[in-house]
Amino acid sequence: MIQGNSLSTKMGKFIIYLIVIFLGLICLLPLWNIVAISFSSGAAVAANIVGLTPVNFSTGAYEMIMEDAQFWRSFFISVQRVVLALVINLTLIVLMAYPLSKTKREFKSRNIYMNIIVFAMLFSGGLIPTYIIIRNLNLLDTIWVLVLPGAVPIFSVILIMNFFVGVPKSLEEAAIIDGASPLQILTKVYIPVSLPALATVALFSIVGNWNDFMTGLIYMSQVSNYPIMTYIQSLTIDISELVRSGTNSDALQNIAEVQNRNLNAAKIVVSTIPLLLIYPFLQKYFVTGIVVGSVKE
Amino acid sequence: MAINNQVAPARDRKKDVKKAKLTYHAMLAPGMIFLLIFSFAPMFGIIMAFQDFVPAKGFFGSEFVGLEHFSYMFNLPDIGKVFRNTIVIALGKIIFGSLLAIAFAILLNEIRVKLLKKSVQTIVYLPHFLSWVVLATVVVNLFSLDGTVNQILDSFGLDRINFLGSNTWFQPLLIGSDVWKEFGFNSVIYLAAIASIDPGLHEAASMDGANWWKRVWHITLPGMLPIILLLAILSLPSVLEGGFDQVYNLYSPMVYETGDTIDTYVYREGLVGRDYSFGAAVGLFRSVIGLILILSANNIAKKFTERKLF
Repeated sequence: MIQGNSLSTKMGKFIIYLIVIFLGLICLLPLWNIVAISFSSGAAVAANIVGLTPVNFSTGAYEMIMEDAQFWRSFFISVQRVVLALVINLTLIVLMAYPLSKTKREFKSRNIYMNIIVFAMLFSGGLIPTYIIIRNLNLLDTIWVLVLPGAVPIFSVILIMNFFVGVPKSLEEAAIIDGASPLQILTKVYIPVSLPALATVALFSIVGNWNDFMTGLIYMSQVSNYPIMTYIQSLTIDISELVRSGTNSDALQNIAEVQNRNLNAAKIVVSTIPLLLIYPFLQKYFVTGIVVGSVKE
Repeated sequence: MAINNQVAPARDRKKDVKKAKLTYHAMLAPGMIFLLIFSFAPMFGIIMAFQDFVPAKGFFGSEFVGLEHFSYMFNLPDIGKVFRNTIVIALGKIIFGSLLAIAFAILLNEIRVKLLKKSVQTIVYLPHFLSWVVLATVVVNLFSLDGTVNQILDSFGLDRINFLGSNTWFQPLLIGSDVWKEFGFNSVIYLAAIASIDPGLHEAASMDGANWWKRVWHITLPGMLPIILLLAILSLPSVLEGGFDQVYNLYSPMVYETGDTIDTYVYREGLVGRDYSFGAAVGLFRSVIGLILILSANNIAKKFTERKLF
């Protein structure tokens, strides 16, 4: 807190405002540049003259996306994946978090389960053995490979478990007196009072599944099965080519390829819209999630 | 459950307790089955690191070769390089990322104009939620040979720099772009730490004539220290994470020397190159070191801050 009215404190305050605004702009402008590129003509993009406003404003790139069947196929694979993962993740999270939130006296095997789960969080078989197992299960090139390996998000289970531990016991006791079964207690007592925490883990699931490109890269052999981020990754400029040949304009000699840059920018913008739509919620719940979940007393 | 003991008769209560326990096991079963298939079966699959694994023969038919893949791995100059790159990149991200996040949180806390504070927060949190697939395009637009940064260098009459293809610049580029992506979001927890400091301390210090720097140094930073320490300890295990998503989207053979990390190496050699057993061996080596690091971090955190990760 800067207080006082002397010239030096005013100056100090001014510099702090300046730095904070500068850092904000550093985050915003590069992203805005992509939007400007997506609305510019291919020629302007090729000449590298697009800064923060579109040059030769054109919606051509977006019109081309409308006709790009693979883009929309991948887009809807991702939508489908996010919905499936969300349902499966949330179901498993609450089902596992509730018994684990019981004390050892209430549920004797609690600690055994907990140790198994923590071990699964800390140690992994690694990329190759996981790939072989999934291949043996014949899951390659199916939508399930995008959803099932991450069906149990252990970090989220622990976060919700900790939240359930904090739910007042009196609520549960009242339900027991009314003759409620454990499943009823979970759905009628615990879930309704945990909605903000559940929103947090739901958003973890949505963002993680939407943004993930590696799973698609590893387990899908056909482009037609790619989720959106894997598809966009396969399109963006080949870095090796770019680095070797020097400049963008050398690497992309013909005009059709040049147009790809604003087309790709438009694809990136469209693929980010779903995240922007839920961004207000992300800000609200991720922040509480990170503060509550990152450290455990 | 012993909670309802005043109400239900003893016989019913016993039956209830038993039924509740059965329900608990049933609730955990589906999740445990998924973990068994997708976490524990691959752990069993690690035996392939000690085999000459042939997919057609499977885990039970492939020939055992003992530690052959490991001795091959340790004699490979690549391995040292790949581990070194991973650690340098990860440490750079942790150190510079934390420093900027801490500094940003302290500065942001001084902003009294609500609208500005909210707007800046909205903007700086955004990159955290975007995929590296998207952000790689941003980085390329800025740092390719005819990208924005080189245009600026050019306009000052300086030589253009091939950031993405230079072994001098590639690691700083990875570290810098990751710090850029995460500093805003990482500042959230530090902001919470600052908010928990007693404002009375600041008032008292101002009355004694302490200026802003002095108060940051003697009140704000010491107040944040427990959280800073805790997060530093808990970030220890991530020194083996180079960040596959980021590196894969930005690297090229020209910068394998400085940019190749454990994850990208295992992916290329093990999966794309179909050297399954070797890839599994490198992966196992990494997982074991990772486990040791995470257990040590947890113990150190427990000892010094009385908090823990799990």
